[in-house]
Amino acid sequence: MAPLLEARALEAWYGWTKVLHGVTFAVDEGGITTVLGANGAGKTTALRAVCGMVKVAGEIHFEGRRLDGRATEDIVRLGIAHAPEGRGTFVGLTVEENLRLGAYARRDRARVAADFERVYRYFPMLHERRRQVAGTLSGGEQQMLAVARALMLRPRLLLLDEPSLGLAPLVVREIFRIVRTINRDERVSVLLVEQNASLALDLADHAYLLETGRVVVSGPAADLRKDDAIRRSYLGY
Amino acid sequence: MDVFLQQVVSGLATGGIYASLALSLVMIYRATDVVNFAQGEMAMFSTYLAWSIMNHGAPYWLAFVLTVVIAFVGGLALERLIIRPVEDAPVLAIVIVTLGLLVIFNSVAGWAYSYIIQPFPSPFPRTPIRIGRIVFGPHDLGVIGVTLLMLALLWLFFRFTSLGLALRAAAQNPAASRLVGIRVGWMLALGWGLAALIGAVAGMMVAPIIFLEPNMMSGILIYAFASATLGGFTSPGGAVLGGFLVGVIENLAGTYVSFIGTDLKLTLALLVIIVVLLVKPSGLFGQAVVRRV
Repeated sequence: MAPLLEARALEAWYGWTKVLHGVTFAVDEGGITTVLGANGAGKTTALRAVCGMVKVAGEIHFEGRRLDGRATEDIVRLGIAHAPEGRGTFVGLTVEENLRLGAYARRDRARVAADFERVYRYFPMLHERRRQVAGTLSGGEQQMLAVARALMLRPRLLLLDEPSLGLAPLVVREIFRIVRTINRDERVSVLLVEQNASLALDLADHAYLLETGRVVVSGPAADLRKDDAIRRSYLGY
Repeated sequence: MDVFLQQVVSGLATGGIYASLALSLVMIYRATDVVNFAQGEMAMFSTYLAWSIMNHGAPYWLAFVLTVVIAFVGGLALERLIIRPVEDAPVLAIVIVTLGLLVIFNSVAGWAYSYIIQPFPSPFPRTPIRIGRIVFGPHDLGVIGVTLLMLALLWLFFRFTSLGLALRAAAQNPAASRLVGIRVGWMLALGWGLAALIGAVAGMMVAPIIFLEPNMMSGILIYAFASATLGGFTSPGGAVLGGFLVGVIENLAGTYVSFIGTDLKLTLALLVIIVVLLVKPSGLFGQAVVRRV
């Protein structure tokens, strides 16, 4: 079976600086793939490349369609939701408005109301704060809002960029638990970029390790967990 | 007391016009960080359009509606064709482009319609309205009504429609907006269209008071700048309140401070700008912009 998302020999640039040097990765239908690596390895760029936010070469396929060369707005309409690093919430708008925007690209407006319920079930705290301006939420709450907003698209594929960044361990575990539930119950495939390798490898079924824009190790998450080099450098034991 | 009330009402009427124009300035500023110096001339040009439609025999409200529609489409086209190519240029370059538009609209209006002052009709009845011993100009009251109605409609649009929400989102965070599927480029164009529309209404409301001629908006634009500065260039509500305040201040100062009269009224607007920039540069309701560098 062909994977849901597949990037082949992907290269990406910021201006004249080449950040990805021929990276290949895939996300299976219903699977969770994680991309690990240190700061500056190109993890975020890989996600941005999928969404058409950086200049790329190589090929990106999603359900048999080419993504490279498409505008971000059109890629979103194919069912790819991106919760970006730094959360990318609309800090001047209310929680509810942020969620409404998450469903902006959908055509089935009638079913959006039900999705508010569904998202509030995952994140009851957002329901309490639905009239509050997003900028007044704590970091963890904003991260939850970012994930919730992405879910409002009813995506096929969820791109998560460092959801653990700067959050308390308890909050991080909660977010990861919800991502696992979404993946299992709704068959939403996930591409997760993380620095916290231990958490990410627990969640994912497939993993890639990036170093300075190249894939150095890849394979089933369980195998990477046992890999000595990875254990020493990224898991720290 | 009667004179005072009358002056306040007529101040509110001109204030409504400043408020409208200030609002269209703020709208474009929030969406694109650009101050559109051509806003006044765009309004003037739209008013001339209304005038020539009426000269072809159309009744007032038909001309009004047609003008508003043409102004909207025109504003949209202006952004797509002229602003879009310089979108990524430094702000100064875009400001120069809007200054260029100002001169072009002004000269084309002068060339097409001449610099002769023309009367422009008011849609409101002529007979003054008496409440107690106080007499109000019907046009003044009408302008206040039209301004408030337009503001209410805009507020409803931005608050309750998903397009309005998308416009706000695009102005606030273009990158995140693209990630939820908003076509940000079109939202900017839509912002220009709406600004042009509001300006057209302001032009048609002020023309019966100051008459129609190519330079009619130059003074009004300075009042609008004063209003937007006073209310805060980032706050639509602030700009509107600023407009009404400037209108009333200007009128009261002109009436009660003998040396100001009509000659120094415009100076007062500039004084407002300077004082606000010295005391509270972000205006009454604006947010101080903090940029990470």
